[in-house]
Amino acid sequence: MGLAGHSQGQLRRVAATDRPRIAFTLDGALLEALEGDTILTAILTNSRYLRRFEFNGEPRAGFCLMGACQDCWVRQSDGMALRACTTLIESGMTLLTRGADGG
Amino acid sequence: MPSTVIVGAGPAGVRAAETLVQAGIRPTVIDEASISGGQIYRRPPSVFRRDPNALYGFEAKRAGDQHRTFDNLRDQVDYWPNAAVWSAQGRTLSVVTETGPKELRWDRLILATGAMDRVVPFAGWTLPGVYTLGGAQVALKYQACAIGEHPVFIGTGPLLYLAAYQYAAAGVDVRAVLDTAPFAAKCRALPGLMSGGRTFLKGLYYVLRLRARGIQLAAGIRPVAVNPGPDGTVSGVVWHDRRGREKRTACDALAAGFGLRSETQLADLCGVSFVFDPVQRQWLPSQDGEGRADIEGVYLAGDGAAVKGADAAELSGARAAHALLYDLGRAESARELKALNRRLARSERFRRSLEAGAFPFPADLAAGAADDLMICRCEAVTAGELRKSVCELKATELNRAKAFTRLGMGRCQGRVCGPAAAEILAESLGVPLEAVGRLRGQAPVKPVPMTAFLDGAVS
Ligand SMILES: Cc1cc2nc3c(=O)[nH]c(=O)nc-3n(C[C@H](O)[C@H](O)[C@H](O)COP(=O)(O)OP(=O)(O)OC[C@H]3O[C@@H](n4cnc5c(N)ncnc54)[C@H](O)[C@@H]3O)c2cc1C
Ligand code: FES
Repeated sequence: MGLAGHSQGQLRRVAATDRPRIAFTLDGALLEALEGDTILTAILTNSRYLRRFEFNGEPRAGFCLMGACQDCWVRQSDGMALRACTTLIESGMTLLTRGADGG
Repeated sequence: MPSTVIVGAGPAGVRAAETLVQAGIRPTVIDEASISGGQIYRRPPSVFRRDPNALYGFEAKRAGDQHRTFDNLRDQVDYWPNAAVWSAQGRTLSVVTETGPKELRWDRLILATGAMDRVVPFAGWTLPGVYTLGGAQVALKYQACAIGEHPVFIGTGPLLYLAAYQYAAAGVDVRAVLDTAPFAAKCRALPGLMSGGRTFLKGLYYVLRLRARGIQLAAGIRPVAVNPGPDGTVSGVVWHDRRGREKRTACDALAAGFGLRSETQLADLCGVSFVFDPVQRQWLPSQDGEGRADIEGVYLAGDGAAVKGADAAELSGARAAHALLYDLGRAESARELKALNRRLARSERFRRSLEAGAFPFPADLAAGAADDLMICRCEAVTAGELRKSVCELKATELNRAKAFTRLGMGRCQGRVCGPAAAEILAESLGVPLEAVGRLRGQAPVKPVPMTAFLDGAVS
């Protein structure tokens, strides 16, 4: 099993890619998103996961995408916890995939 | 002036607001989302320029109508977008808003809080790349993204085929649509399904389009496991076909959904009593058939009251508003209530054939979860630990099991694990599902940022 030719991220854009580009950092790496992306979209179009599960370190990438499961909290470098699927990305955000407990 | 509040700006909340405004009432409408529409008519952020036909398909006209209706009401309602109600005590709602925490008193309250997917855990369901079916739709409608390049759709319910169709129409390589409901169930439910008219035909169309694209459709299946690839993300799904033969489908994402469950926590906090609904297999807030709850001034509408779909949500939204108006002494609403109830009764037969007939919930799959399977993805509680709470600790209902295992104590408040946990507990105890009760709603029903506490608005 398995598929060849994965794109970098988990999510794949299918339309509306004509939006202004935005730069942000994830765990120190400079990445690009589009205006109107949620933080979840911004991260998962670049990466295969969002955070690590507190109990066993396994990777997680959100689940419900509608603000119900709370499995997508990430942290900003200033310590603020953000729900990635319902918060829009802003230019210059510095996001961390570790250490978000949801506040 | 007495305060009238609507929670939820989906199809139900929007129609409720419209009805109240027409009668000269100015309601406050609160929704967690940044823009009205609810789940089915969810709108992307404003920088997206998208063709409504691509976004909503057959529902484009209806979606446009909903959005316009609410946008036109904007001066006649107090609209609180980006505002989550996290608690209800007495006649006060606690709300986190963009500008900080607020307390809002209500004299009359319409709860139109909608639904989310009913989740059935199976091996590998917590891997990154596994999403709820609703989540897969949200990605597409709200963000113009697919959950992966080669997704598989698994579970049951009409939304399974709809979502797969929407993905295929967006050009995504849908690998398979795997339905746990047997084909025979759909044949038996056919007479009832035909009563759905247009809605039934739309469903049929999605299935035929998927077939025409050569996408594998299988019924009567059982999910076995999602397999991780070397990087820990989804590489494929193992399933049993209707004859029990093992199959494997390579994929990089999975959308899983087994029908919907009503979002009922706020009704619970308001003190509304609950009744067990055997079709939905869920305890639901009780109402009098016109949307009145048994707490004075509380009204229920839409999928949050009982899952009946978008069209019925609009009708029950208008109905709750008319019941409220009638209770205020507006006699004309009696006629409207009658008419709305007639229309709702007509859609009821179709609903029942869908829920109980064509797409039965695979309760055995939920109840039969392996002991080592994580059921609660917030607190990492396994099915085995839940069963142990029955055998060793003598938990006989869900809230006891919760106290022993922490299941349902996590941030999602049991929204995700609740349905499966109830099935497991009932099976272990050898009692009917309703006998294990329900996880009681507890504030905060949505997580509150710490700042709300620091600001002293929350005690
Ligand atoms: C993800 C998803 C996708 C769906 N897609 C379709 C579809 O394509 N076709 C179809 O026929 N049916 C679909 N459905 C079924 C859908 O539930 C109904 O069709 C319809 O949206 C129900 O309308 P409603 O007004 O009752 O609830 P919803 O549309 O769910 O609206 C409820 C609103 O209440 C808000 N809310 C809930 N709790 C709170 C709170 N505590 N504080 C503040 N706001 C709150 C939510 O943000 C939401 O906007 C979908 C369901 C889900 C969950
Ligand atoms: S993914 Fe479920 S709350 Fe964000």
